Order: sequence, then structure tokens, then C-alpha cells
Amino acid sequence: MRKLYLIIMLLGFFRIVSAQISISGHVTTDKNKPLYGVSVSLLNSYDGATTDSLGNYRFTTTEKGERQLEVTISGFNIVYQKLLIGSDSIVQNISLKELITELKAVVISAGSFEASDKNKGAVLSSIDIVTTPSANGDVTSAFKSLPGTQQVGESEGLFVRGGTATESKIYMDGFLVNNFFYSSTPGIATRGRFNPFLFKGTVFSTGGYSALYGQALSAALVLESNDFPERTQADLSVSVVGLGGGIQHLSKDKKSSWGVSYNFTNLWLAFNVIKQKQDYFQVPLAHQADANFRIKTKNGGLLKYYGYLSTNKVGFRNPDIDSIVLKNAFALQNVNTYQNINWKKWLGDGWKIYTGISFSTNKDDITNELQDADNKKVIITNPVFYAYKNYSLINTASYAQARFVFEKKLKGLTAIRFGGDYFYSNEKTTYTLFNGAKLSEKVTDNIYAAFAETDIYVTNSLAAKIGGRLEHSALINKWNVAPRLSLAYKVSNASQASFAYGIFYQNPERKILPTFASIDYSKATHYIFQYTVQTQNYTLRTELFYKKYDDLYKTAPGISGREIAVNNNGYGKAQGIEFFWRDKKTIKNVDYWFSYSYLDTKRNYLNYPAEIQPSFAANHTAAFVLKKFMLPWKTGFNFSYNFATGRPYYNISYDITQAKYRIADQGRTINYNLMSFSVNYLPNLGKTNPKAFVVWVLGINNVLGQKQVYSYNYSNDGSRKEAVTPPASRFVFIGCFLSFGIDRTQDAINNNL
Amino acid sequence: MKKLFLSTMVLFIAVIASAQSEKYIAAMKKNLSVIDSSFKNPPDLLTLSNSFERIGAAEKTQWLPYYYAAFCQVNYGFTIHDKDKIDGFADRAAVLIAKADSLSPNNSEISCIKSMIASCHMMVNPQQRWQEYGPASSSNIEAAMQQDPANPRPYYLKGQGLVYTPEQFGGGCKTAKPVLETAMDKYGSFKPASDINPNWGKPQVENLLKGCQ
Repeated sequence: MRKLYLIIMLLGFFRIVSAQISISGHVTTDKNKPLYGVSVSLLNSYDGATTDSLGNYRFTTTEKGERQLEVTISGFNIVYQKLLIGSDSIVQNISLKELITELKAVVISAGSFEASDKNKGAVLSSIDIVTTPSANGDVTSAFKSLPGTQQVGESEGLFVRGGTATESKIYMDGFLVNNFFYSSTPGIATRGRFNPFLFKGTVFSTGGYSALYGQALSAALVLESNDFPERTQADLSVSVVGLGGGIQHLSKDKKSSWGVSYNFTNLWLAFNVIKQKQDYFQVPLAHQADANFRIKTKNGGLLKYYGYLSTNKVGFRNPDIDSIVLKNAFALQNVNTYQNINWKKWLGDGWKIYTGISFSTNKDDITNELQDADNKKVIITNPVFYAYKNYSLINTASYAQARFVFEKKLKGLTAIRFGGDYFYSNEKTTYTLFNGAKLSEKVTDNIYAAFAETDIYVTNSLAAKIGGRLEHSALINKWNVAPRLSLAYKVSNASQASFAYGIFYQNPERKILPTFASIDYSKATHYIFQYTVQTQNYTLRTELFYKKYDDLYKTAPGISGREIAVNNNGYGKAQGIEFFWRDKKTIKNVDYWFSYSYLDTKRNYLNYPAEIQPSFAANHTAAFVLKKFMLPWKTGFNFSYNFATGRPYYNISYDITQAKYRIADQGRTINYNLMSFSVNYLPNLGKTNPKAFVVWVLGINNVLGQKQVYSYNYSNDGSRKEAVTPPASRFVFIGCFLSFGIDRTQDAINNNL
Repeated sequence: MKKLFLSTMVLFIAVIASAQSEKYIAAMKKNLSVIDSSFKNPPDLLTLSNSFERIGAAEKTQWLPYYYAAFCQVNYGFTIHDKDKIDGFADRAAVLIAKADSLSPNNSEISCIKSMIASCHMMVNPQQRWQEYGPASSSNIEAAMQQDPANPRPYYLKGQGLVYTPEQFGGGCKTAKPVLETAMDKYGSFKPASDINPNWGKPQVENLLKGCQ
């Protein structure tokens, strides 16, 4: 028993005499900056410390022998340091290397604006697109309140940095959308076909964009469609322009969803209340249906389908510019389909594949008649240009695209991406002249493209995107190689400088084809320098750009007076500076942004007789958008003001005797001013378990009825000119949107706070 | 002799084992004693979180050290003003609470921390993040209520959330008060499983109720 006591005594004694050894040191980054808040711990013991503001740590331990020190702080690599603990105190300095993480890394952003709710560097949120009053809920129009775009009202599309609308291409989930807008009508810009709520993210690149996209000299608008709906729900809308309804169904296991929707548009009521400049014998009428499904596949894969079908018709009379009593009656019927199925799959080992196909068709049936005071068709053959005012035109087109992209994630955020595209297009036109003579033409093309790019993150502060695109178009029968480069450098936590360079090629637009001449690609070279300061509450962006155009298409009169591409002798340039400022904080509950663009551009293309400022380009453009949500009133107020200096206009006529074009007359339009206002009222906001969630919308476009002149049309002999103005000085939209099945209160808070 | 050897061995193991748990409890108590004062100098919360994490890493089977490490980390996230940095601490707290969760699944207290982490993420940009983190925060509160109906903390968190939600959106003192009162009732009868088990929040609820009078 005594022995036992002895042992116990010894044991106790042993515990008391365990000597305490001090371990201390200094923790720094690999650039020798002290690190604060680093956890230093002796593995498998409680012993350790956290570094102070000078990067120093100190602790004592009773452990002995060979041990490991674990040194960790988020954003840096973990270091394990072997220690041999004897009887002397230990000094151990540690150096940690910064990890490249999405949170900290610089964003490669030169030339692009992003609208997204998640991604860092996004300038707009998804909802900004629908609450910008001048946009009228149109996907592309909200981008007209950002720098780089023109306030062009007489035709649809995005005119970016001295480029035409056809130089801006629109992609949905990586697939080109050929007829993104409703078919053109003379002098009136049409809307985009797609509902802005289909998309969760948008990247609008005003230049220097990735090698993943091609065939656009100026800009790429990349739309990313939604994955799954949040919940099963039904929607209904009633407005002054039509009715709509839809269902989105999410399966119980949230692994699949489907949706259908239908919209009917009829502007009869609106046009009866708001007098239009045109005399409509067919008010715009449209049926539009779409369907989608999404299925989660194995290992986080996702299969997505979207299909769209629409028909629309419109017909209106304008006074004929060449006579006092005659009228021009234009009528259009259109059928359009678009389908896209794509699949994303992780292949393991950092590899990902993204592949899919899209198919679309478009048919325009257009007639134009010269009519007398009683709206009866008249055929006048002398002078002969009158005869050409009676015609009909049938355009049928089909397009297909197949695409695959492989992506491999390397260390950190560094990644490589490569893939291929195949585009098929088949466009047929049948032109029927006043005398019944028919002219038919067909333009088909097969474009093959291969692309590769790599994102290289050297450190969190320095990144580069280097890529290239190789393309072959059957129409041109040549290969082109387009290098792309983008650099980004983080100057401080909130600010970064970026640079982008790229060469872009594009085929001629359909309206100057077919041609017998041997033609090449038209080409643009972009240089962009950007400086951005961005925090949660403020964004300031400045961009300086220079764009050089080479090999632009020149045209000459073809059969039936149509302009046909004859060579690539055109050229041009665009340069300028742009500012964007957004502030969500200075004024409480008010969010506003301001953008300004200065553009200096000239080009010699199509039938231009010299290098001149194109008629779609203004020198100064500015926009101001302000949003405020008044919680007690459950109402949101949105205001916008767009301004642009006057644009040049020309009467370019063909001099038959000299066989060349000349400027017969020119001028500059008045400045463009547009003030718009919208109100959203959410009566069921905050009600617990409302049967339906309701949003009332009132929108007034051009509140002050300011006079707008987009351009001028000239009579055949050039003696008369007529201003191209909006169809009405003002437009008012009133609508009610209902959602059933779920409480959309959260959306409302989300969207409008 | 054999007997003696055996009994010595048993004793030795017992001494070590008791020393281990004594040491654990003592270390935990030491850390817990400074939690309240750490809130006055928030960087101390990070030091404390690291200290709890070390205990967790050494113990390997105890959920409480990781729970408190996450608690300190997320509370630090709530105190910082630089919104661009908040996510980093919330993410760190999420890693820590996941470790606690794997050691003690379906734990009401752990669900409370998960809810706090979601709220912390949401705080960076409530307008944009409501949709993602709002449901994550409230579903964890509901889970916590189900996992342990006697736990007052989910009621505290729910009540606190309601106080700071505008009346128009179904928040405000009027709706928060009954929830906070339920929390007070539950604090009255709540007995933590041990000295080192979670037992916080009562004074905060009292303050919230005072503010709602």
C-alpha cells in the first residue's frame, strides 16, 4: 500500500514539475508584411496564440519532443512547422503565401458591364433592368443608360462606340440569337422579343470581349438564362398593351422544373388613347408562347431547354414624301421560332464541359403600297422610282448553331477554356415588283470556329485573359485569326486598372448581300483602358477607348436600286472617354447612377462618299437614373433622364453621270432629351399569406413631351426633307402583374428596398 | 505485484483521463469567462475563436469548442463595418460550425449559429441577398425550435430578426414582442446540460423587450 502511495505521489509530482517552454515568433506574408490575427497552434494541444497587429505571437507549453506548429489565416496557405521542444525557449518565424481567391482577386472587366445579383464587379442587379423607366421593361434598353451606347430611336439594336446595331451580337447561354428584336419597321424601333425575367445575369461588353464570341465588330450582349424557378407559381398580367399568363413548376425534389407562358399583345386600346403619328390599318398584334425545362443530371450536371414561338403583324400608312396626296402603306407579318438546348457537366479532375445546339427560324411577309387619298392602291410608272414603291417581300430564314466548350480549372482561379462553334444560316428572299416580276435570292453560310483562352492569375492583384479565335466562313472562303488579350491589375482593395486589346471580324450583313464581288471579312481592332473604384455602395468607372475599323464594306447600286457590297475598301475609327458613377448611399434609400460618353468617330462605309461622322453617332451622350422606394406607401419611384447631342444626317445620292455617290445635303438634328418616370405599387406587401402578390406599374415615357428628331428622310429629288420622330410624343403604360401560389413579398423587398 | 501493477495502470489511466477532462473543462471555462469582455474589443473575439478552435482540434470529439469558435467568428462578422470583409468571417464561421455539426448532428444550438451565419451574409447587402440568405436564416431557426423545443435561443434570434424588419414587411415590435416573450419564458426554465454548454442571450432579449416598450 505504501508503494502505491509512492507511485501516486510520483505521478502528481511529475505533473507539477513539467516545465513550461515559451514559443514565440513573427508571422509575415511572403512579401514580409506582418500578418495580424493569424492562428498559431501546437497540434494536438490547447497551446497556441493569435498574432497581434505587428504579427507577433507568444505562448508557453508543457509539451515536449517533436511537435507540429499549425499556422493558419483565411486567404493564405496553411503552414505546418516541425518543432523540437526541449528545455529552451523557441523562436520560430513563419512566412505565409497569399492564396488567389475569387473574393480577393482582381476582376477582368475592361470593356464590360455586368448585371447580376451574385458576381463581384456587377454594375447593375438583374432587377435594375426592369426598373429603369426609360427601358420600358426591354432587356437591351436598360443598357442605353450605361456609357458607350447611342440613344437611337428610329431603329432597334445597340449602337456601341461608333458601331452599327449589326455590329452588336446577342447571345443566350452562349448561343447567338439571330432575330433578337421584332422585325424592323420603317422609322420605329422594335422591342426585344424576350422577357427580362428569363435571365439571371447579363454581361454587356462594349469591346475587347472574350474569344468565346465572334462575328461582332463592336459589342456582345451575353445573357444567361435562369436555372430553376424558386418555387412553383402561376403568373398573370393585364396591361394596356395586352394579357399574359404562365406557370413555372418546380418538382418536389427540386431536381427538375418546367414552365410555359403565353402573351397576347394588342395595341388597339393604347393607340386609340394615345394618338400615333402613323395611320394604323393594322394595330400591332402579337401572340407569343414559350416553354422551358431544366433537369439536374448526375454529378451536378444541368440540362436546359428553352423554346419560343411568336407571330405578329402590323400595318400603317405614312404620307408619301415625294407627293402631297399619296401615302405609303407598309404591312408586316412575322413568324419566329427559337429553340436552345444545352448541357453542362463536370467531368471530374477540374474538367467541365458545356455543350448544346440552337435552332431558329424567321419569316417576314412585307408589302408596301403607294395609296391615294382613299387608301386605294395606285401604280405610277413615270417617274420610275414611284413604281418601286409598290412591292412585296418575303424573307425566310433558318439558323442553327452547335457549340461545345471544355474548361479545366488549374491552380487557384487559373483556368483554360477551349471549344468550337458551328453556325449554319440559310436566308431566302423573294422580291415581287409592281409589275409582278419576281426576284429571288438565297444566301447561305457555314461558319466554323475554334477558340481557346486562358485566365491566368499571377497573384490576387494581377490577372490576364489571353485567347484567340479561328474562323472560317464559307461565304468568304477564308480563315481569320483573332487574338484577344485582357489584363487587370488591382491598385488597392477597391480600385483596379484594366486593359483590353482584341481583333474582331465580321461578315457582311444580309441586306447588302448577295454579291458577285469577292469580299473579305470586315475588321475592328479595340484598345481599351479602364480604371474602376468599386465598393458595396459606390461604383466609379472610367474607360478610354480607341477602335480602328478596316475592310468595311462599300456598296454600289444593284438590281432594283438595292445597295450591294462590292469591296472592302471602307475604313473608320472611333475613340472616346466614358464615365459611370453609381451611388447607393449618400442619399438615404435613394439609388442613382449617372453616365456620360464622349465619342469621336468617323467612317467611310456602304455608300458614304468620304470619311464622315455616321448618322447614328452623337458626340456626347448622358443618362441619369434615380430610384427610391417609399416603404410606408409600398411604392417605388423610378426616374430617368437621357440626353444626347444632335446627330448628323445626310442625303447621299447617286450621281449617275459620274457613277459615284455624293452628299447632296447634310445637317445635324436637335439635341435629344428624354425624361421618363415609373411607379411600382405593391398593395399586398407585408401581408401575411396573401392569396396573390400584386404589382401595379405606371410608366410614362417622355413625361415632358420633349421634341425628338432622330434623323431626316429626303424626297427622291432631295428638295424635301422630313423629320423622323417618335410615333407619339408620349407613351403611358399601366399594368397589373399577379403571382399566385407563393408569397412574392420577399421579391418585392429584394427588388425595391 | 501483478495486482499492484494492474492497479497502478488503472490509476495512471484514470489520472490521465481525469486530467484530460479537467484540463478540457478548465480551458473551456477560462475561455468562456472572457467571452463577454471580448465583445467590447471585437478583435479579441478572433483570438478567442482561435483558442476554442485549438481545443476542438486537440480534443477531436467535442462539439462545444468548434461551436464557440464559430460563435465568436460570426459575432465578429456582425461587428465589422467594412462590408466587403464580412463574408470572409461568415465563411470561416461556417467551416467551424460544420465541424461541430459533424460531431453533434441535429443540434438545436448549432442550427442557431447556422442561422446567424446566414444573417451575417445577408447583412452585406440585404436588398440583393434577401432571397438567398433570408430563407436559410429562417429555416435554421425553425430547425432549432424543432430539435430542442426548450431552447430559448431560436426564439431570441427570431424575435431579434423581427424587431429589425420594417413593419410593412411583417416585422416591428408588435410582431416581435410575443416571440421575445416566449424566449423569456424559455430562458426562465432553461437548464444548460453543463457549465460549459451554451447559455447566452437572456440579457439581450431583456434589452430588446425594453426597447419595444
